[in-house]
Amino acid sequence: MSTLNFLVRRIIYSVFVLLGLSIVIFVIARIMPGDPARMAVGARAPQWVVDRIREQMHLNEPLPVQYGYWLRDALRGDFGLSLVTQRPVTSDIREFFPASLELVLFSGFLSAVGGIGLGVLSARYKDTWIDNIVRLFSYAGVVTPSYIFAILFVLLLGWALKWFPIIGRLSEEVTAPPVVTGLITLDALLAGQFGTFLDALRHIVLPALSLAMGAIAQEARITRSSMADNLSKDYIASARALGIPERIVMGRFLLKPSLIPTVSILGLDIAATFSVAFLVELIFNWPGLARYGMQSMMHKDLNAISAVILILGAIFVTVNIVVDIIVAWLDPRIRLSAARSA
Amino acid sequence: MTVPPLVEIKNLHVHFSVYGGQLKVLDGVNFVMRSGEKVGLVGETGCGKTTTMKAILRVLPMPPARIPQGEIYFKGRDILKMSEGELAQIRGRGISMIFQDPTAALNPVFSIGEQLEAVIRYSSDQKKPLSPQEVHQRAIASLQEVALADPERLLRSYPIQLSGGMRQRVCIGMALATGPELLIADEPGTSLDVTIQDQILRLLRKLVEEKNTSIILITHTLGIVREMTDRVYVMYAGNMVEVAATKELFASPQHPYTRGLMDAVPRLTGGGVSDGIPGRIPNYLNPPPGCRFHPRCPQAIEICRREKPPTYKLSEAHEVACFLYADNGKGTQSS
Repeated sequence: MSTLNFLVRRIIYSVFVLLGLSIVIFVIARIMPGDPARMAVGARAPQWVVDRIREQMHLNEPLPVQYGYWLRDALRGDFGLSLVTQRPVTSDIREFFPASLELVLFSGFLSAVGGIGLGVLSARYKDTWIDNIVRLFSYAGVVTPSYIFAILFVLLLGWALKWFPIIGRLSEEVTAPPVVTGLITLDALLAGQFGTFLDALRHIVLPALSLAMGAIAQEARITRSSMADNLSKDYIASARALGIPERIVMGRFLLKPSLIPTVSILGLDIAATFSVAFLVELIFNWPGLARYGMQSMMHKDLNAISAVILILGAIFVTVNIVVDIIVAWLDPRIRLSAARSA
Repeated sequence: MTVPPLVEIKNLHVHFSVYGGQLKVLDGVNFVMRSGEKVGLVGETGCGKTTTMKAILRVLPMPPARIPQGEIYFKGRDILKMSEGELAQIRGRGISMIFQDPTAALNPVFSIGEQLEAVIRYSSDQKKPLSPQEVHQRAIASLQEVALADPERLLRSYPIQLSGGMRQRVCIGMALATGPELLIADEPGTSLDVTIQDQILRLLRKLVEEKNTSIILITHTLGIVREMTDRVYVMYAGNMVEVAATKELFASPQHPYTRGLMDAVPRLTGGGVSDGIPGRIPNYLNPPPGCRFHPRCPQAIEICRREKPPTYKLSEAHEVACFLYADNGKGTQSS
């Protein structure tokens, strides 16, 4: 009951956040210099064509009415035509989004496992050489942009050692599995094509790892310091004093409270990878949303830009809700106080 | 063959590394108790009572704490030299502890049941593990023992949902659920109001007597010591300054610090509030040389500023670490 309440309230808030974002996007798109109708038909089209398009796009109506039309279409999934690809923006996104999603999911998984794993290791062997190496890596990882890692991995693991392929989502000789979710690894598994799954997995390792490095470093740092802080708490001394074995104290009674800050930051990092993935997608020739969004911006493709930004906003909001649910599950104090104030 | 004492601490030093140097908190603590004894430990806040007790169970956070020298024996075996495995045998079943602040001692993100049941599971014989049902039954029994109503619901609750008094009862129940030979109770109930504190202490005394558990009771409330203990250690700034049978200590306190401590207790019969002991506990970064109490001592003499006083035996059970008694008894130099 309380969890449901909490969830419903969070979703209602999120709707307002997205509405606000849509207004901002709409206004920016309209105040940008240039006539959207002229941009849609090209510089050489005669004026009467532009006028007709203006009529069709409701550009002669007052701004709030225009927003109403725009929102109605957006809710139907219609963001208009892309200027660059000359296809509906929606079908472009349908094509590029799953590739990004797959990349981000893998990198999120690596960030969670790697970051928490290294953080725990570092806290467990605090002030030993293991801890020092992890801390050094953490500082380096936090300040190094992901494309540097991407280039390093391509050169080292891809080109020199030839452990991993460095281009695209699948090898050329491998046929793609039937599209169900658009995530090639998942689709391959669903179709029972294990060889294809392995090939897709080998392709995703390097880009996902490049994207995850910063988050791994960040999560390791936060997990370590949070565990180190909590280690001197009385409830840890008490658990030890009452005879609970060290591995249970560390793995359970210390880990759970220490993961709360990690999960909050991890959520933000994962949501952010969608938008910062551009250079990594470019380096690995990964047909993803970030690359598409960046190309749209280069070409002032307003319809595509609006759609991409709105989708990124929706992703941020969704990830935040998921993070809040996980944190509430980890921390009864938040769960219970949310229930009380509801 | 003599039976070794239940706990014996010899010349224990504990230092804490902090920015700017070493806090020399414990400065050669000596302590001994037999099985079945009820021992009080008094002294003002910050004098090292809790540090000493945490050292017994090896639950001091290390680092920053370290133990440069000293020995702690439990039934003749040095706890400080034990392996993790041997230590696990002692913690819980041998010695368990009630921490000062029940709110800090309970893990905020686990339910009472998860915490209490873990304590019960791991303090039982690991070769014959209890079934989850047995663990659950014992958890309920533990809560009933500390007079908590509706234990089933309580096991599902989180610490934040409980009142201070209930948390304290849970902590006592948890510490006794292991069936310890020695219970260390660190100022139980201090954070609660006086009537609840009284109830808690009565409950604790009843349980300890029923189970015939040895206890070390840490407190700065002298009335509680008088009621509940056989023998009292008085601690000042990392040293045991006096030990005596409870009655004798209250009848004739010898160390100037003990006297000051007793004078500091306001009497309900009137007479106003005494001045107590002027000054404060010294800075552990740079403790005063000689007797650590000399800057505050009304009877300090020349030697107090230079040398650390040895322990003088006034009678079989009464010892005091103060140069004023150099002629009265035979001095036994500690360390």
